[in-house]
Amino acid sequence: MSRITVSGILLAVPRALRRLWSRSLWLRVTVTTLVLSGIVVGILGLSLLSRVTTGLLQAKERISVGEASAGLGEAQRILDAADTGPSTPSASRLVDSVVSALAARAGSPSTFDVLLLSSQRTGDAPERGTNLVAESSVPAALREAVVSSQRQSWTFTEIEFLDGRSTPGLVVGAPLLVPTVGPYELYYLFPLAQEQSTLDLVRSSVVYAALVLVLLLGFVAWLVTRQVVLPVRAASRTAGRLAGGNLSERMRVKGTDDLASLARSFNAMAESLAHQIRELEGLSLVQQRFVSDVSHELRTPLTTIRMAADVVFEDRDQLEAPTARAVELLQTQLDRFEALLVDLLEISRFDAGAAVLDLERVDLVALVRRAVDSASPLAARAGMELRLSADPPVCFVDCDSRRVYRVVRNLVENAIEHGDARGVDIQIGTDDRAVAIRVRDFGVGLRPGESGLVFNRFWRADPARARTTGGTGLGLAIALEDSRLHGGWLEAWGEPGRGACFRLTLPRDRAVGFETSPLPLEDDDAVPPGEQPQVDGPPTGPVTVPTGSPAARFVISSKDPS
Amino acid sequence: MTVTPAGSSRGRVLVVDDDAALAEMLGIVLRGEGFDPVFCADGSEALGAFRDAKPDLVLLDLMLPGRDGIDVCRSIRAESGTPIVMLTAKSDTVDVVVGLESGADDYIVKPFKPKELVARIRARIRRNDDMPASTLVAGDLEIDVTGHTVRRNGEVLSLTPLEFDLLTCLARKPGQVFTREVLLQEVWGYRHAADTRLVNVHVQRLRAKVEQDPERPEIVLTVRGVGYKAGPA
Repeated sequence: MSRITVSGILLAVPRALRRLWSRSLWLRVTVTTLVLSGIVVGILGLSLLSRVTTGLLQAKERISVGEASAGLGEAQRILDAADTGPSTPSASRLVDSVVSALAARAGSPSTFDVLLLSSQRTGDAPERGTNLVAESSVPAALREAVVSSQRQSWTFTEIEFLDGRSTPGLVVGAPLLVPTVGPYELYYLFPLAQEQSTLDLVRSSVVYAALVLVLLLGFVAWLVTRQVVLPVRAASRTAGRLAGGNLSERMRVKGTDDLASLARSFNAMAESLAHQIRELEGLSLVQQRFVSDVSHELRTPLTTIRMAADVVFEDRDQLEAPTARAVELLQTQLDRFEALLVDLLEISRFDAGAAVLDLERVDLVALVRRAVDSASPLAARAGMELRLSADPPVCFVDCDSRRVYRVVRNLVENAIEHGDARGVDIQIGTDDRAVAIRVRDFGVGLRPGESGLVFNRFWRADPARARTTGGTGLGLAIALEDSRLHGGWLEAWGEPGRGACFRLTLPRDRAVGFETSPLPLEDDDAVPPGEQPQVDGPPTGPVTVPTGSPAARFVISSKDPS
Repeated sequence: MTVTPAGSSRGRVLVVDDDAALAEMLGIVLRGEGFDPVFCADGSEALGAFRDAKPDLVLLDLMLPGRDGIDVCRSIRAESGTPIVMLTAKSDTVDVVVGLESGADDYIVKPFKPKELVARIRARIRRNDDMPASTLVAGDLEIDVTGHTVRRNGEVLSLTPLEFDLLTCLARKPGQVFTREVLLQEVWGYRHAADTRLVNVHVQRLRAKVEQDPERPEIVLTVRGVGYKAGPA
């Protein structure tokens, strides 16, 4: 469990960073500027450092070699003087005098050290150095080079002292012939401590300067981006509020720059949108008023006609046969006219956007049962059985019961009209996000492509087919609008000869919605009960109906009214 | 056309409608069913006609010249509990609810069938003459069924006949939950499912009169998702 959490966090942190990166232009510009300027400043700093180092060392080399040459000349002069003098001093005196003379040139504190080493390496010849400088300071390779080339040579090395100190330095060596003793090598050791500290100073200065520069560039980028990003974000927020329905929302216009012009254009757009929406609302209001007026104006005379026709219809026994038949026709067509008027008004209410949901908590199963009950006389006349199965047996949903009732009744009547003697299956299914009602018939079915057309206004599957229930042709269109109003789906499926299936799916919570319906729209292996003797056997299709519980499955039997 | 003698009339019905043809047709149907219709074509004269005729029921068109039907409904309700059935061309929620809230007992949407209209009128005029219990108790209310009065601590509460029927229906079986459909059948006389908003609106009106605090009802309790029941005595 904890591992899941840890790995979850490990996964979540980069994901959050990535999201922040992709969402914040501000962050992207600032970070990009920081990285790029860091790289450029780094390269510049490194090349600067290397130039300074080279320059410093070359200067030191020039001065040192010059100094060493001068020292060599001095030493040679001392030795020559000793050679031509009246008495030849001892070897160690000679060496001492050379070294001390050279050390005196070094000044105090000494700018270099001197080593006078014998090339014979027998150990007999005296060797001298200044300031405890160690013989090991001179690399063997340099001594080799000096001895073999018999010329001045130099190299950079680590100068070591007998007391353990060491410092980077430059060693310049040259051969020196000491009379009576033999070949010697004179080494000048120039410590580079000064150059080192200069370089350190330069390096740290460059690093500090680079850091400050990079941070400054980053800050400038942050500042500049901010000037652009903040108004853009304000525009985005304002647009969001506008989209949310707050039509009076506007941006603040400041100055005359590009951003101010953005704000002005934005406000102009919002103004024009708000104007158009208000105009549309006005039109919708006019339309609503018109529908309402037409409704009243048509309905009042229709009521009178209807009542008059009813009075005559009641007395039709006293009329002659043709007149009686005429009254009957008047009566049935009045019914049809009324139904058509009601449906037309309902459709125009949807078109005007005037349809509103009247939500209440109802038992959907009871509601469907009522709708199925009310259609059972029609089914009985058609000799059909209506089978209702519900899982669970009670299901409370927030919906507009009048509309849902109307949809279900419409679907059932539609199924009766287009079904055959195998009856109609009505099924209710639920899951935690949605409820579904499925009405399946086994009649003529739908031809390919027709499942999208059935919801069109006044669409008929077969214009030649006789209408038995006298539907208005608007029922499914209204049902579709009703389901949309609920945030639900109404879908159709059908195949020629296999029947048709309509499925209404409603969300349990309109704010949450749903993604899948609890019931399948098409069932490939559903066998109509007329062809399957054991209706109460285990379900074969993907639809599971709790056949074990008697409360969950019941049959609306078709009562024969005649 | 059968003419019913005034003495044996099943009740006087005031028809307030500006459409002359419809009013006349309503008269024909009502007389045919044995009612005694009285007519008024103008909203502003409706209250006077009501006072003069003292009808047993008012059929009120919502769209009237002179004075709005809703307005007429309110003023009739202010001085009498006489049943009012609205005639409306609109079945929109808002119109119906406004009509019911202004005091109408029931409504019928044009176009209607004469039988439907007569059934609605009969259901409202019919008084509960077959009274099994003479006194009922609901919460701290005392209901005198035969005398058509409701008392709290001896003080009479003024209810319309419909509100009285609704309260009596619930109080006859205290604790039993009535669905809106059952109440529509028992109180309004609908045989088929009808508009449950009727029940909701009238329960609100009843509560406003009988509850100490209509926000926290103790006499007419809501059973969420099912219906209503009377509170314990």
